[in-house]
This record gives sequence, C-alpha cells and structure tokens, in this order.
Amino acid sequence: MTPSSFLCLIFIFLVPLAPAGLALINAGLGRSRSAAHAMLVSLAVMAVAALAYFVCGFAWQGIAGGAAHSLRAAGKEWNWIAAEPLFLRGHPLDGSPASLAILLQILSVGLAALIPLGSGSDRWRLGPSCASAALLAGFTYPLFAHWVWGGGWLAQLGSNYGLGQGFLDAGGASCIHAVGGLTALSVAWILGPRRGKYVLQGVPSAIPGHDAVIVVFACFLMLAGWMSLNSAGAILFAGVEPGRAVLIAVNTTLSASTGLLAAVAITTYRFGKPDVSLCANGWVGGLAASSAACAFVTPAAAGAIGLVAGALVTAAVACIEWPLAIDDAGGAISVHAAGGLWGVLALGIFGRFPNAVSGQWLAQLIGIATLIGFVLPLTYALNWLLNCFYRQRVDPEGERQGLDLYELGAGAYPEFVTHTEEFTQQ
Amino acid sequence: MRLLGLLLLTAGWAITLAAVVLLTPMLQKSLFVVAGLGVEALGLALLIRAHQPPKGDSA
Repeated sequence: MTPSSFLCLIFIFLVPLAPAGLALINAGLGRSRSAAHAMLVSLAVMAVAALAYFVCGFAWQGIAGGAAHSLRAAGKEWNWIAAEPLFLRGHPLDGSPASLAILLQILSVGLAALIPLGSGSDRWRLGPSCASAALLAGFTYPLFAHWVWGGGWLAQLGSNYGLGQGFLDAGGASCIHAVGGLTALSVAWILGPRRGKYVLQGVPSAIPGHDAVIVVFACFLMLAGWMSLNSAGAILFAGVEPGRAVLIAVNTTLSASTGLLAAVAITTYRFGKPDVSLCANGWVGGLAASSAACAFVTPAAAGAIGLVAGALVTAAVACIEWPLAIDDAGGAISVHAAGGLWGVLALGIFGRFPNAVSGQWLAQLIGIATLIGFVLPLTYALNWLLNCFYRQRVDPEGERQGLDLYELGAGAYPEFVTHTEEFTQQ
Repeated sequence: MRLLGLLLLTAGWAITLAAVVLLTPMLQKSLFVVAGLGVEALGLALLIRAHQPPKGDSA
C-alpha cells in the first residue's frame, strides 16, 4: 500500500463520525418519546444501506474506467450505468484505489440513507425506513453516483461537449447530500406532517427538539467526519494530490464557520436571540455546501460559500415550514438538498482549475437539473410505490405514544416516565 | 396535479438533455438549460401545491 493510499485509508476510517453526528442531530431535533427509535433506526438504515450497496449498488455504480453500458447520441458515447458483477466479485479489497473507493462508498451511501430520517422524524416506521434505504442504496444513489464518480455522462460533459472539466463534485454535495435531501423531500410529502403540526388553519405549531446539547455536540463530530469525507472523496474521485487535504480541511472548517455565523446573525436579527437548532443547521449547511468545491477554491471563497449556505438554510427552514407546509423536523431538506445544490453551483462560480476551460458553471447547472428533474421524480416514485405495498407512516396511536414505546417497547429515558400505578396502588 | 408536477420535472430535464445533445453555440445551450430549469421549477411548484395539508386540519 502506498503512503497516499494509507493516508486515504485513515481519512476513510474517520468518515463514520459524519453519520454518527447526523443520527444525533436527527434524534435531538425530534421528540424525546421517539429518541431511542431515532438512534436505532439510524443504525439499522446504515446496515441495510451497506448490504444493499454490497449486493447490487456497486455493480451499478462502478468506478471510472470500469465496465459500463453506453448509449450513442449525436455521435457521442453516453455512459449511463456500470456493468460490474454483483456482490463486489472481481474486486480484491487490497488497498488499491478501487478498493478504497468501494470502502468510502459503503460509508457514504449510509450517510445518504440517513438524511431522509430527519424529515420523517417521529412518524416513520422502522421497517419501511429500512426498505426505503435499500431502494436508495441499491438503485438511486448508485445510478447518480455512477454518472458523477463512475465516469458516467455527467463526468463526460467536459470531454464530450467541452463544458469545463465536466460535472465535478469532490466530496459528495450532489451524490450524497442532494440525493439524500431530495429523498427526504419525497418522504416528507408521502408521510405527511406530524399530528398537531398544522392545526390552526394551516399555521404551523412549534414542536421543539428535545435535546439541544446532543445536537450541538453532533456538530463537532460532523466537522471531523466531513473533513475526512471531503479529503478522501477529492483524492479518490477528483484525482487531487493528498497534500491538498490541508486546503480541503481549512476550506471545510471555514465554510461551516461562516454558515454558523450567518445563522447566528439572522436568527438574532429575527428573534432577538440566536436559535440553537437553526444555528446547528447553518453549521451543517456550510459543511454540506463545502463538499463539492472544497478542493478547488481558495479559503476566502470557501468562507463565502458557507456564508451563503448559512443564510440559505436559515431561510429555507422557515420557508419549508411555512408557507410550503412541509414538516421537516430535522431540517434535512433545507440543509442537505438546498445546501448541497448550492454547493454544486458554487463550484461552477468559484472553482479555479489549471488549464481552465469555460462552461464549468453550465456543467454544474446540468447536474442540478438532473437532480431535480430525474432524481426527485425517481425517488418520489420509488417511495410512493413502497408506500402502496408497505405503509410507511405509523398509526395515530403510535404517534401519540411515541415510536419508542410503540415500536420498541421501551423509552430512551425511562427515569423520566411517571409510573402512576406506583402511586395508585397505595 | 401530482402526476403533472412529476411530468413537468421530467420534461424540464429532457429539455436540458436535448440542449446538451442538439445545440452547439454556448449561448443557445445555456438558454435552453435555464429554460429546462424553469420548467422544473413549475413542476416543483405544482408538487408543492398538491401536497399542501388541508386548512383546519384538527389532527
């Protein structure tokens, strides 16, 4: 194993801090009576996503230069899906760049599958959550990731049509965050809002998260996970020199920092005091937006990207809750879909490349159009079909009791429960 | 309305793909890609409208 491969492996070993942080954020921003369920379902979804990716996901995603199916349109090859064998056969897991990419993808697909849990908080059953994660990890994610990271038609926009370097995304702003965020939007629509959210003529009621401490702690964990994810992704998928990992880490930190500060300033202006959950969302929005461009921009540009992301996420959270009337308890749609899409566009605006060719911004716009015009309908249709055969939303009684008691039989914080029988039996 | 929204999203993407394949001048290509995004925005607006919860929901 070469020193750069070893460095990459260390980065990949730290990536699980990102899904750990996301699971904590989803649990902390939900109700206390569904907290244990939120953590267990996060772990289960990671497990199902890893298995689905192992069984068929990698076969359809593949790696750049690997076996693939192509169409021919107007004299150009359109590489649209990989043709690798199922169950990772034929790929020795020996420390080669291909094997490192497989390991990173197994973790990344888990992170993408965790994102929709934020929008389905307090009402999405365990079984359907896992089934939905299998669809995401087994089909939607691999297909789009092949187009971006597997040498597919989006990556070929540069060589085929002279659009900059082709669609670029070093750390997963599109493949992980936008795909996960758009799936979160589909899930929120299919599940509908939590009971009691829109009771007064459609005006939303505030349902505050139950633990601000773990939400903020999760932000620290996610910074470490994101620096690793962005660095490993840039080295493996964008061919960046390992030495640029320092620039990537600096850019990631600056983007998160300005995202947080933008959210602090906006919430202080609007409410008179900073709002913890919105500020945490601003931090994570800055991280999500940093992913695409972290290896290709200056630190000042990374700060600007995070600043816009923080403002955008704060505005999107308010707009999605009201007037759009979408119940997104964990802010998954605002943070990952809006933040990720902005990050993709920001690469086209701020990205600097040696031997630059014009049209990078157009390649990025085509990627955004593909996410909204192809990935969103696909993920909506898949989750809608799943809902027809396997009801995704919990019964009203389950929502009233909380998913901990209803689906797991025990709460996350049993000492908080008042056992009335202890008093009435006297 | 839901189906129409999804169809508009896909139609917007098809316009974008057609622009990439069929047009050569950068300005025309850019305009058609932006037009495709505009059609997608219409589809998104329809989908949002189709999923509005009923007013006065007493759940």
